[in-house]
Amino acid sequence: MKKLLLWSALALLIVILSVGLYRSQQGQINVGQPAPEFTLVTFSGESYQLSDYQGSVVVVNFWASWCETCKPEAKDLEAAYKFYKSRGDVLFLGVDYVDTEPEALAYLKEFGITYPNGPDLRTEISQAFRIRGVPETFIIDQEGLIAHLQIGPFLSLEEIKAIIDPLLK
Amino acid sequence: MKKFLRSIVGLLSLCLLTVSVFRPVSAQESGPTDDEVNAVASQLYCPVCENIPLDACGTVACEQWRGIIRDKLAQGWTEDEIKDYFVAQYGDRVLAEPPVQGFNWLAYLIPFMVLVGGLVLLVFGFRKWRVTESLQSTPPRRKTGLQDPEIDQEYLRKVEEELEARTRGRG
Amino acid sequence: MAAEIGFGALFISLIFAIYGIGAAIYGERTHRKDWVKSAQQAMRLIFPVLTISIGSLLYLLANGHFEVVYVADVTSRSMPLYLKLTALWGGQAGSLLFWSWLLAGFIFAVALRKWDRDQDLLPWVIVVNLATLIFFLILNIFYENPFARYWQDASGIISSFGQPPGALPIYPRDGGGLNPYLRHPGMIIHPPMQYLGFVGFIVPFSYAIATLITRRTDDRWIQITRGWTLWAWLFLSLGLILGARWAYDVLGWGGYWGWDPVENSALMPWLSGTAYLHAVLIHEKRSMFKEWSMVLIVITYLLIIFGTFITRSGLLSSVHSFAESKIGPIFLGFLILTLLGTVLLLNSRWKILRSPHVVQNLFSREALIIISVVLFLGLLVTVFWGVIFPMISELATGQKVTVGPPFYERVAAPIFGGLLTLMAICPLAVWSYVSFKHLGKLLWKPFLVSLLGIVLPLIGGLTRWPALIAFWLVAFGLAVNIFEFIRRIRIRRRTEGEGWWSSFSKVFRRNQRSYSAMIIHVGVVLMALGVIGIEFFQTETQGTLAEGQALRLSSYTMTYEDLDIFDTRDARNVARAVVSVKKDGQKLGELYPRKDFYYESGIPVTIPGVRSTLLDDFYVILVDWKEISSEGATFKIYHNPLVKWLWIGAWVFVVGVVMATWPSGKKGLKALNVGKL
Repeated sequence: MKKLLLWSALALLIVILSVGLYRSQQGQINVGQPAPEFTLVTFSGESYQLSDYQGSVVVVNFWASWCETCKPEAKDLEAAYKFYKSRGDVLFLGVDYVDTEPEALAYLKEFGITYPNGPDLRTEISQAFRIRGVPETFIIDQEGLIAHLQIGPFLSLEEIKAIIDPLLK
Repeated sequence: MKKFLRSIVGLLSLCLLTVSVFRPVSAQESGPTDDEVNAVASQLYCPVCENIPLDACGTVACEQWRGIIRDKLAQGWTEDEIKDYFVAQYGDRVLAEPPVQGFNWLAYLIPFMVLVGGLVLLVFGFRKWRVTESLQSTPPRRKTGLQDPEIDQEYLRKVEEELEARTRGRG
Repeated sequence: MAAEIGFGALFISLIFAIYGIGAAIYGERTHRKDWVKSAQQAMRLIFPVLTISIGSLLYLLANGHFEVVYVADVTSRSMPLYLKLTALWGGQAGSLLFWSWLLAGFIFAVALRKWDRDQDLLPWVIVVNLATLIFFLILNIFYENPFARYWQDASGIISSFGQPPGALPIYPRDGGGLNPYLRHPGMIIHPPMQYLGFVGFIVPFSYAIATLITRRTDDRWIQITRGWTLWAWLFLSLGLILGARWAYDVLGWGGYWGWDPVENSALMPWLSGTAYLHAVLIHEKRSMFKEWSMVLIVITYLLIIFGTFITRSGLLSSVHSFAESKIGPIFLGFLILTLLGTVLLLNSRWKILRSPHVVQNLFSREALIIISVVLFLGLLVTVFWGVIFPMISELATGQKVTVGPPFYERVAAPIFGGLLTLMAICPLAVWSYVSFKHLGKLLWKPFLVSLLGIVLPLIGGLTRWPALIAFWLVAFGLAVNIFEFIRRIRIRRRTEGEGWWSSFSKVFRRNQRSYSAMIIHVGVVLMALGVIGIEFFQTETQGTLAEGQALRLSSYTMTYEDLDIFDTRDARNVARAVVSVKKDGQKLGELYPRKDFYYESGIPVTIPGVRSTLLDDFYVILVDWKEISSEGATFKIYHNPLVKWLWIGAWVFVVGVVMATWPSGKKGLKALNVGKL
């Protein structure tokens, strides 16, 4: 009886360490995998659930007001949003990672961002996407699969358009 | 009777004092002191950098979080309300210990069971290892070598084993 | 050139080690002594060869060869020479090489021993030692090569050891420099001490495994390794103490221990190692509870491997951990193999390890030791659970949790209280049988004296009962040990008619272990005094001051007098504040807290200004994330009562352990081989 207990504890420990190590070595979710389901509640109270937008291209951008490298792409993202707005089938969502509301709202105001942004409550969304830092952007196609993973800021509006346009054919 | 009245007065003044501390600071312009902020911050952990308490963390983000604590304190929030807010925003890892709910019960249960179990085993062990009354009256010994005949045999056997091993080793 | 030599030496060491294992096993299986002797010879050769390797790396570091990736990672032009050399252990690859080198050093010493006795243990000792060394050498050769360099090819800059096709060598002008936190003197010596402790335990472990494999049931392995184990344990303890001192001096949160997962991984083997040292006493003196010592040494070694794994694999993150690394999976493999191998071995030999368990009296030395072992293990299990629980929780619920100080302190406080009590009683407890009358006679005087530990604080206005009990335990522990020491010397004086000094030294030499143990315990009790002071009675305050303004804490007043901002020659910008400290109106002096900003890494390090007396520490930090100027600088002050005793006690502790390892009198080195039956 004691032996059984000892062996099962050992086996459990090995399993935990192995799975834990595997998880920590995993990168972000890969291109081609289905995007994890999530619900984003914006600063103004609207709710966006990913599965509601099957059939649209969804751009999920992770950012934070304390993140210096997020700033260069902010204007480009807003410009891209405005460019595709009239089509109605490209959705931009900004996920604010581990941030404070006053500073976040100030950031949005500074860069004139008008597409929906909300806090990543309990860091559930960033954990689901397994981000390693900010900024990271995930572009999800109409079938709900990850079409593109951008680590670090986009360098220009053209770069964003070059990724989204092929998806809209 | 006097004592009773005195304690009532004491209790009342304590309540008044507490209330006055938590009344929104309209009269004073300085707001919560650094110490008050640190008192709450020291119970929270930085959501981004692991295992660093919020009052010791020097990043810009942590400074902003302490700012939030300051604002909330100024608005009259209690310590618990502020902690709950941080948990709702950033998850359980912001607390110094796992909150006692659901799976996290195990965090506390397992060590408790092991410690209690260890104590129980110890008590049972001592019972089992106690020698019978007759041996307890013998005088204390200075050197090793229990006089129980069974164990003496074991000892002899071991000496023989070692002697054999040594003669074998020489060859 | 040096890099090639260094790597070549690494490779040759690996060859020797593989040969050594092969020869040892072959010699053991075929009973051919000459093969085993040859393996022993190989063991002796590895250390000099590996010294060449580490020498090359030191040469590269000292001379700024930034084309070597490791050199560029941990050094820079502006660092002074001594820092460039100590940067050897500043990063993953170098510290792994350092580890291998230390391991090779221990193996060398083991190989130099006279092996006329215990020849049957030798092959297995060789196998276990070399297998471990081979693992670490493989890490260095195939995964974290300290001699890899930078090359430029079509895709950009890459790093590898050999020249990739179509790539050209590049020679960076400067390196990134050592993490500023690692440039403090405490930080320089803490890793070597810690590694010596970790690596040292392979010696008793290998002998224990050899004993198990050869199905021996005697104590030879303990006698042989007694000195080794004590030294390894001393280094392990020093590693922890120095780490605590460094945290107190440099990290700037007025504390010395954070229950960080990496700190805990150094604590856990120390707990089981200390339990082992105590269990071994019963094993040797009374021939009982033998399985306990075997199990405990195995657990200690496994915890060392486990701790090294979680620190270096990227599984955890903390101030301590190394950057993410690819050695995770292979390290896990090594851990699992070692774990399963030793458990299976123990399992198969369990029956022959059986030994009697007789405890006649609750206050006998056996009983107290057993209780102490149980207490150590209880804390060990709790700490272990606290370290792995965040991993488990994330796997089970997806939510990350933090297991922090409150979790550990809740358990550690009563357990240390229990250990303190034991330390107070144990000098009086004798083996097997204790009469209460005898105990009482010895106890009543120190007990009375110990009551001062309650009376004095009460007079001082202290009413918190946990603190009162803690103070009493400290007083009791000190009183009993000191009284007992004096009593024994007095007895000797009376019977032999000698002077104090010769009585003292004879009494000491007669029973070296017993008296060293008393000194060690006194050291720990003094450390407990320091811990009680800071844990129960620390106060702090923070405020922003303009020049001339003051902050108050307890009976102290600190006034911001002046500020100096200047650049230093080793590329940092220093903001140095001058503050004057007064207590109860009396001027005490000045302190100079400062913030050093390292240009290369952009990391600031705050150095506190501390006034330290036996009674308390007055500890001032410049809060570095706020602006520092004469108009406004933010200071954080800590008042830490009694904390100096933590360091004083540590010194006494170290003296005690060194005394315990001292070769006894004329017998000297022979004593390590012969031992008492």
